[in-house]
Amino acid sequence: MIKRLLSYVKEYKKESILTPLSMVIEVAMEMVVPLLMASLVDEGIKATNEAGEVVGDLRHIIVVGVFMIVAALIGLAGGIMGGVFGAKASTGFAKNLRKGMFDKIQTFSFKNIDKFSTAGLVTRLTTDVNNVQNAYQMILRMCMRSPMTFVIALIMSFTIKPKLALIYLVAVIILGCILAFIISKAMKAFEQAFPKYDELNASVQENVNAIRVVKAYVREDHEKKKFKTASNNIYKIFSAAEKLTTFNGPAMSITVYTCTLLISWLGANMIINSDIINPELTLGDLTALLSYCMSILMSLMMFSMIFIMLTMSAASMKRINEVLVEEPDIVNPENPIMEVKDGSIVFKNVNFRYNKDGKENVLTNININIESGETIGIIGGTGSAKSTLVNLISRLYDVNDGTVFVGGVDVRDYDLEVLRDEVSVVLQKNVLFSGTIMDNLRWGVRKNVGKDNHVETPREKAEIEAECIRACKLACADEFIEKMPDKYETHIEQGGTNVSGGQKQRLCIARALVKKPKILILDDSTSAVDTATDAKIRKAFAEEIPGTTKLIIAQRISSVMNADRIIVMEDGKINGFGTHEELLKNNTIYRDVYESQTGGNGDFDEGGEK
Amino acid sequence: MPGPGSGPRMGRGPMPRGMKPMVKNPGKILKRLVKYMVLDNLALWICVCLCIGITVFCMTIKGTLFTRTLLDIYIPGIQEGTLTFADLAHEILVTACFIVTGIIASFVQARIMVRITQGFQRKLRDDMFEHMESLPIRYFDSHSHGDIMSLYTNDVDTMRQMISQSIPQFLNSIITIVSVTISMIRLSPLLMCVSVLMIGIMLFTTKKISGKSGKYFVKQQKAVGALNGFVEEMMSGQKVVKVFCHEDENIAEFDKLNEELYDSANNANRFANIIMPINAQLGNVSYVVLAIVGGAMAINGVGGLALGALISYLTFNRQLNMPINQISMQVNSIIMALAGGDRIFRLMDEKPETDEGYVTLVNAKKVYKPGSENREYTIEETDEHTGIWAWKHFHKADGTTTYVELKGDVVFDNVDFGYTEEKMVLHDIKLFATPGQKIAFVGSTGAGKTTITNLINRFYDIQDGKIRYDGINVNKIKKADLRRSLGIVLQETHLFTGTVMDNIRYGKLDATDDEVKAAAKLANADSFIRRLPQGYNTMLTGDGANLSQGQRQLLAIARAAIADPPVLILDEATSSIDTRTEKLVQEGMDKLMKGRTTFVIAHRLSTVKNSDCIMVLEQGRIIERGTHDELIEEKGKYYQLYTGNQIAG
Repeated sequence: MIKRLLSYVKEYKKESILTPLSMVIEVAMEMVVPLLMASLVDEGIKATNEAGEVVGDLRHIIVVGVFMIVAALIGLAGGIMGGVFGAKASTGFAKNLRKGMFDKIQTFSFKNIDKFSTAGLVTRLTTDVNNVQNAYQMILRMCMRSPMTFVIALIMSFTIKPKLALIYLVAVIILGCILAFIISKAMKAFEQAFPKYDELNASVQENVNAIRVVKAYVREDHEKKKFKTASNNIYKIFSAAEKLTTFNGPAMSITVYTCTLLISWLGANMIINSDIINPELTLGDLTALLSYCMSILMSLMMFSMIFIMLTMSAASMKRINEVLVEEPDIVNPENPIMEVKDGSIVFKNVNFRYNKDGKENVLTNININIESGETIGIIGGTGSAKSTLVNLISRLYDVNDGTVFVGGVDVRDYDLEVLRDEVSVVLQKNVLFSGTIMDNLRWGVRKNVGKDNHVETPREKAEIEAECIRACKLACADEFIEKMPDKYETHIEQGGTNVSGGQKQRLCIARALVKKPKILILDDSTSAVDTATDAKIRKAFAEEIPGTTKLIIAQRISSVMNADRIIVMEDGKINGFGTHEELLKNNTIYRDVYESQTGGNGDFDEGGEK
Repeated sequence: MPGPGSGPRMGRGPMPRGMKPMVKNPGKILKRLVKYMVLDNLALWICVCLCIGITVFCMTIKGTLFTRTLLDIYIPGIQEGTLTFADLAHEILVTACFIVTGIIASFVQARIMVRITQGFQRKLRDDMFEHMESLPIRYFDSHSHGDIMSLYTNDVDTMRQMISQSIPQFLNSIITIVSVTISMIRLSPLLMCVSVLMIGIMLFTTKKISGKSGKYFVKQQKAVGALNGFVEEMMSGQKVVKVFCHEDENIAEFDKLNEELYDSANNANRFANIIMPINAQLGNVSYVVLAIVGGAMAINGVGGLALGALISYLTFNRQLNMPINQISMQVNSIIMALAGGDRIFRLMDEKPETDEGYVTLVNAKKVYKPGSENREYTIEETDEHTGIWAWKHFHKADGTTTYVELKGDVVFDNVDFGYTEEKMVLHDIKLFATPGQKIAFVGSTGAGKTTITNLINRFYDIQDGKIRYDGINVNKIKKADLRRSLGIVLQETHLFTGTVMDNIRYGKLDATDDEVKAAAKLANADSFIRRLPQGYNTMLTGDGANLSQGQRQLLAIARAAIADPPVLILDEATSSIDTRTEKLVQEGMDKLMKGRTTFVIAHRLSTVKNSDCIMVLEQGRIIERGTHDELIEEKGKYYQLYTGNQIAG
């Protein structure tokens, strides 16, 4: 998993290598500086004259000082480079991860999309990538730093006095064990706590969404009580988890100061008890040993932080990886057919399951013959697989058994873009995008015009816009668009929240019509349009685009009863297929629906938006 | 969790869309925040300050001094014979005592901080939630749910970071700076001037760089917002993207936004990254400068500086750099927390729903007049649950209290209403419903049907006119009591996380299991509930995502049924329910409506036809009213709508 993610570092490999290398320079200088400082103090400030009096040696101070400044400058260069490269490497990595995911998602088929929730995908592209970016930067800048500090400091200590350095080794092992123990305990506690935290937020979300229910039933106090209990729970769980981490600091301090005091005592003993001419340990040595003590243990602390960072971002990495490894299950065939001859549709022995290994068919043994230019109504209860049926035509899903033919050719042999341009679907859950109405309509414009950075000429632009307006007239959208202050330049909010449901549906139909498809599929696309307008749209279709095969899914019987033929679906099977009159005669389901909806049982709907 | 801070974290939720607004009055917010934070926990905060003080004194000062005294005094002293090992052992013991004290203090401080941090979060959440629940519906209309959620996730999270990390570090830094500075001044005031100069340079560069990085952080925030918005929109429209083969255009647009984000993030991080090494190296330079200047002074006997003191001075100077660095690093996160605090306070400052109502709903019993032939009775208040309710109306003018039986009589008298002052949605609405009547509203979307029902339960207050309930102006009735007497099935069904049983019981919290089942039966929900895997104990999550639209609606009806209110408001939306399920829902509703005053927003003619009165609304006005037959006779809008099918055919 980590290898796959790292492959997205790509062009930022250079920076990713340079960052730790720069940090090495910084660390090296950091190690040199204490030595210089010691020399500055011991041989400069504390320089003695022949009589043994401390008089100081300004010349030495200045010389060593210059060295120190040079070292500082080199360290500075290393530090700045590390910072600059680190920033570039990590943000670049994040950029590539985002791009990798986004590009991958664009190749997803409906089946792949169904697997992930929208919110889940958004979080992956934002928060998760951000977590990984931070972790990556941290690791690049620290991965060399803390082990380097650790190793150099330890080696230095050992060269000075192996006997005393052993104390550090023991301390490191003990502290390491303690930290590992505390962290693993704390991690476990946090892992249990975070879902609770998410639950709490989910309950807030629930309350915000259902505030009308809460208020209508005067349940504010009830909700407050519920929330208080939950929030108190969180308090307890998180306090317990965080209390575990409070042991970190003392463990660290105790080790550091025990080492310091121990070394001080033993070191002092060694200095005093050894002979003056050939001392076992000098004062300078002891000073150096003591300053390395801090470095060693600090780097260990850093190490544990890196570990925490990594585990915390591990969940994010896992989630990103899930997207990256997801293989799109619908891809273009190798030698695709680039032209759809006509709008005929044939289903031959088609079975379909959403889940490959699932045993239950969603569609069972479907056999249909639809001729080019026919208008077909589809009716059936929720869950009778009406949408599933039409989604197979533009290959939004692939069949499990049997074949779907469009224009006499298996849909799996077409180029996907060609097929989907000719088979235009108005989805049940449709969305408009932020931008002007014209921007939205232009989604339907076929791409041979705009391809390869082709800059649109004013004439082409005018033609396209005329085409869009024609489509709007067909879909009865022109009438309300013209009434808007900015007409076709009216801005649509994200999700189309500033137009009504019926207007939205009409815009979506228009957008699909701009393609001038050979097959048009309306998946319950006029449910919010009033019956009169609905009829007008159907009339326009019949008159203006008679050659287009039209499939209309609807709940309203009036939307389908004038179709050439009507399919009645039930439980993933075709229950009846024929004209209105035929079905009325032989099909009980159809008759039921018809009777319940007509004869004074008509439908007001949310109609009348004119 | 005190995760290592590297750049602003985004928290666990999605970021609020767009740029965070700049804080207008940081001082005021800081003051308010401190007040809010500290007031309840004053004792704890004092303890924290005390602990930090002890820690700094024991570990930073004493700990540092020990090494010096060891090297300068004890070792030479023992070598020269003026001191003994016993003296050294004594000194080590004393130091150990100090250190142990310091460690204990820092441990206690960490413990208290956990309590403060978690307690503060709890308080913040509780207060926010409590206040939010009291806000009028209007607030929820005018704020996106995502933004409200982000208060609970992102903003609480930045506050947590501020309290658990920034503030203790800030306190620690300040105490360290003060105590170290004092020690330094005592050693050499003259050298202190040099130190101050160096610190000035450090602060100056930090400010310059962090200003730059801050600028890019703002840019980054903006870029994140833009990218988030785009991604959110495209992910929710991904299927449409597929249908229109719009992948390439999408990728191109995404690349542009992605590149922008990379650019600003790179710059922001770069500048943030280089502050530390620059300051660290400036610290080294400062060390050298001080050593040279101090050395020159000591050797030439200027300012009475001894060489030994110089060494101590240099050590302290090194210790000064650390906290200064830290303070500059914390400034950014405190600014972010202030922005979060600003948003949270804005929620807390929202005016809660006002309620001047004083008429309350009480249990009542009928007391028949002895000997009265028409079985006349008066209403009296009682403590037991009698199934009879009365409005307790206290008249201020004469100090009397009257009881009016709750019947469900609703009158609208020339009501005008608009969501904003400028734009009226309802004009001159007049209607009356006597107990047990069924009133239907029909009309197009946006005609104001739902709005009317929202006025009865006072989700919104009217601008002009009067609404009377059992003859009492609804403004005089306590909102809670008013709403309790109204049962509502809303257009959008919302269920809560919990069992099916819990969800139905929501209508009447003290209902027994049998009552719940009876209500479910009444609403035609019982049969499908029984078929659920755990029956009434099936858990519902995510707004009842595991149920179909029709089933959810049936539960909502059962929930209203168990409350057994005299007045029902049914705002139905059955356009996505298939005919068979709808029949079931309809039956459930019909059973429920029996004997109650009912307001129906109708979708299907069958629901409307048998109403006592049908109101046809258009653009906020009632344009036609009457029974079905009367309206058909009239051949107006209703007739048009009614025969729409035939015309369409």
